[in-house]
Amino acid sequence: MAWSNQDKTAIVGIGSTDYYMRGKSWPRTINDMAAEAIMNACADAGISHKQIDGFAYYSTAGAGYLDKFDTASLMETLGMPHISYSATLTSGGGGCPGAIGLATAGLMNEDCTYTVTLMALQQLPQHRLGVVFGSAAPSPENSFLQPSGLVGPGHLMSVLARRHMHLYGTTQGAFGEVVMATRANTHNRPKAIRKAPLTKEEYDESVMLADPLRRLDFCLETDGAVAVITTTMDRAKDCRHKPAVVHACAHGGQREWGRAFAWMGMPDPHFASSGHKFTADRIWAQSGLSAQDMDVALIYDHFSPMVLMQLEDYGFCEKGEGNDYVLSGKLRYDPETGTGVNGGVPVNTHGGNLNEAYIIGMTHIVEGVEQVRGTAINQVKDAEFALVSGGPASLPVSSLILRKD
Amino acid sequence: MTYGPARALPGDQIKITTNPDTEPFWQAAKEHKLTACECGECGHFRMPPTAVCPECGSREKKWPSLPGTGTIFSFAICNKNPKNGEDYIYVPVVVDLDGAPGTRLNANVSGCDADDVHIGMKVVVDWTPIQDGWVLPNFRKA
Ligand SMILES: [Zn+2]
Repeated sequence: MAWSNQDKTAIVGIGSTDYYMRGKSWPRTINDMAAEAIMNACADAGISHKQIDGFAYYSTAGAGYLDKFDTASLMETLGMPHISYSATLTSGGGGCPGAIGLATAGLMNEDCTYTVTLMALQQLPQHRLGVVFGSAAPSPENSFLQPSGLVGPGHLMSVLARRHMHLYGTTQGAFGEVVMATRANTHNRPKAIRKAPLTKEEYDESVMLADPLRRLDFCLETDGAVAVITTTMDRAKDCRHKPAVVHACAHGGQREWGRAFAWMGMPDPHFASSGHKFTADRIWAQSGLSAQDMDVALIYDHFSPMVLMQLEDYGFCEKGEGNDYVLSGKLRYDPETGTGVNGGVPVNTHGGNLNEAYIIGMTHIVEGVEQVRGTAINQVKDAEFALVSGGPASLPVSSLILRKD
Repeated sequence: MTYGPARALPGDQIKITTNPDTEPFWQAAKEHKLTACECGECGHFRMPPTAVCPECGSREKKWPSLPGTGTIFSFAICNKNPKNGEDYIYVPVVVDLDGAPGTRLNANVSGCDADDVHIGMKVVVDWTPIQDGWVLPNFRKA
């Protein structure tokens, strides 16, 4: 059944700071970067930041993994006269595109008129994401995981990747192709961190951090901030750019995935998955569309195997066939024609978390907006539908379909 | 790639905490008894131990003695001690526990080269003393 909020709201503004290598944004403060991203997004929308009256966060309103956003502090910083909606999805980056659904909930409830969704990330040495799990005192729950030395997200993800390789014959070559195919999209992007084309030889020489995963299978560690503005369709008509229409949006997941790699209790076939199957089924049911209807897919890529597993869970290929799908070049974008390659749907035309910058998923939303506006640097010809995913991590995970107006 | 012997991480660097739901597991481990949380009503196993049976809603718990054997479900090979960054080959394993269907423990495996660890490998519990007098269940190749 079609989603009752289908095509009722739109993303009308996108804004970001520069992207910095981890720690290099200092001495900027995190609220300074957040404010710049919000003001840039409002300027892009053609509104004043003082018109924002709603906040729809994800990651439990986290700014990075140790800082927190606080709506009152942001009001104090930016001078918003009043707010009438302030809400967050729980857990982590899995909720990123789902926050647009949260914004839609506030807008359709007539609680607010312009909502901002944002992330700012500043990895000072004590905040380094890659060691967050290991440096935290183990809770009673985490005392069943941390002593194993599975302390970083990359360690955890490698265990899932290994199971996928065992069950389906998936190869490290496919993980490499995910990185290479998306790296090919950054050479012309001024703000991208990794721009040099990546060869198979360079990938194979990348240091093994958590076998079977190499350093280049891990996403970048970057600082920066990104904000997007969501409003109702009637208000969107008065904004500067063509609206990126919110066509479907869902967050959640099923018990068999649950806390995922913070738990490792997932039965097959969920263990060697992205945990997105339940949410994927929901957005396809909401929209009546399928993976093959997408013109571009902005797939959360904290670790390369999770791109492959999301492509399976969203139905770009069958479960267990991700290896062959990826290796056939179907993630690639052909700049000559502005289309996919070999019948595939181009993935991460912005370079993603692996190559452009890692702002916990927000750059994927920005790229989705630019694609359906028709203003993307690596524009997919006549892009009508863009899929954006978040996570995979502890539930909720989420996804969003943006539609050209 | 040749890694050589798989070693458990040093126990003197490992800390755990408990709560009333999980403590019976760790008290049994102190006596070198491997247990898992079993529902006192319907017999469903769950790990880590939680307050309520997710199948039937009962708060009754049993802590049966398990055989102490299991099968590697998946694993990674890591090469740096996470506490100090020094070179250290260890193999975190996710182990399906015999005698407690559906439950797993995350641990280290030793008694073989890291290169020889594989999914489906049989393992047996190996007790590692850790901080504060607790004992951690790790595994050795069976
Ligand atoms: Zn029960």
